[in-house]
Amino acid sequence: MDSEALEGSETIVNFEYLVLGSSSELINLGDIIATLVIFTILMLLLKKFAWGPLMGIMQQREELVASEIEAAENARKEAAKALEEQKALLKEARTEASKIIESAKKQAEAQREEIVEAARQEASRLKESAVREIETEKEKAIAALREEVVSLSVLAASKVLEKEISEEDNSALIKETIAKAGEAE
Amino acid sequence: MDHGAPEVTLHVGSLPITFNLATVLTLLVSATIVFIIAFISTRNLQLKPTGMQNFMEWVMDFVKGIIKSNMDWKTGGRFHVLGITLIMFIAVANMLGLPFSGIVIHGDLWWKSPTADPVVTLTLASMVTVLATFYGIKLHGVGHYFKTFVQPKSFLLPLKIIEEFANTLTLGLRLYGNIYAGEILLGLLAGMAGGGFLGFLGAIIPTMAWLGFSIFVGFIQAFVFTMLTMVYLSHKVSKDH
Repeated sequence: MDSEALEGSETIVNFEYLVLGSSSELINLGDIIATLVIFTILMLLLKKFAWGPLMGIMQQREELVASEIEAAENARKEAAKALEEQKALLKEARTEASKIIESAKKQAEAQREEIVEAARQEASRLKESAVREIETEKEKAIAALREEVVSLSVLAASKVLEKEISEEDNSALIKETIAKAGEAE
Repeated sequence: MDHGAPEVTLHVGSLPITFNLATVLTLLVSATIVFIIAFISTRNLQLKPTGMQNFMEWVMDFVKGIIKSNMDWKTGGRFHVLGITLIMFIAVANMLGLPFSGIVIHGDLWWKSPTADPVVTLTLASMVTVLATFYGIKLHGVGHYFKTFVQPKSFLLPLKIIEEFANTLTLGLRLYGNIYAGEILLGLLAGMAGGGFLGFLGAIIPTMAWLGFSIFVGFIQAFVFTMLTMVYLSHKVSKDH
C-alpha cells in the first residue's frame, strides 16, 4: 500500500521546477521583470488607496489625541485654579461671616444693655412718681380726714357743751388737740 | 517527475525573456489579494477604528515597530510603505501555495507559492539591496557610502564586499528555502493521501500538522524578510553604523 502511495505521489507531485537552474534557460528574466513590476505597482497602488489614507487618519488621530490631552491638561489646570479661587473666596466669606456675627453679637449686647438700662430708668422713674403721688394722696387724705375730724369734733363738742362758741376758736383748739393726738400716735 | 513549468519565451532582439506563467499568475493573485484586503479595510476610515481598520493599523504599527527597532523614525519613516507592502505581500504569497499546491494542467504545474520560486525571492532581495544602496548614497553621498566599506578597519574590505552579496543571497534563499521545503513536504503528504485509503488515513494527521506549521512559517518568514530588509536598509542609511 505504502509503495503504491509513493508511486501515486510521483505522478501527482512535481517540484523539480523549484530547483535552482532547473529551467532550460539560465534565468527567467521575465519572472524577474514580472516580480519587480507587480510588486512596484502593488506598492504604489496601496500607497495611493490604502496606506496613504490610513496613515493620514492615524496622523489625524495622533494630533487629535495630543490636542485632547492638551485641552484636558488645560481644563485640569483651570479647574484647579478655579477651585483654589473658590476656596479663597469661601475662606474670605467665612471670616466675613464670623466678623459680621461677632459685630452683631456685640451690637446686640450693647443694645440689650441700653434697653435694660432704659427700662430700669423708666421703672425707677415710674416708681418714684408713683411714690410721690401716693405721698401727696396720703397727705391729701390725711388733711381731709383731719378736716373731717375737726368738724366732727366741733359738732360733737358744741353738742356736748350746748353752748355756741365761735367756730374759729374751737376749730383752732381742736386742731391742736388732734395734732397732739397724731403725734402721740 | 517530468512536470514542467508553463513557460513562455519572448525574444526581444536576441535577448530571450522567459516568463513562468505560473509564477506570474500567482504573483498577480497575491498582489490582488493584498490589494483587496488593504483596499476594503481602509474604506470608511474613522478616527475611532473598527473591524478591519484595527487590523490594518495593527500591521502598520507592527512594521513601524520593526523600523523603529533598527533606525530612528526620521530616516526610517520613508520605508514604512515598503515594509507594510513587503510583509503583507510575502505573507499572502506564502499562504497561496498551501491550499491548492500541486495543481497540474497539461503536465505543467500552475499553482504554487510565488515565493517558492527562487527567482522571485532573489528579485525581492536584490531590490532591497539596490534600495539600500540607493538610499545610502542619496542620504549621505557617494563618499560616505564607500567609506562604510573600510570601517571600522580597512582590512575588513573583502569581508564587507562579500557581505553585500551574502546578505542578498541569504535574504532571498532563506525565504525560498522555507516555502519550497514546506510545499515539497505538503506535496509528498498529498501524494501519500491520494495513494489509497490507508495512505489517506496515515496522511491526515501529518498533513494537518504540517499545514499549521507552514502557516506559522509563512508568517514568520514574512516577518523575518521585512525585519532583515530594515536591518540592511538601516546599515546603509544610518550614520552611526
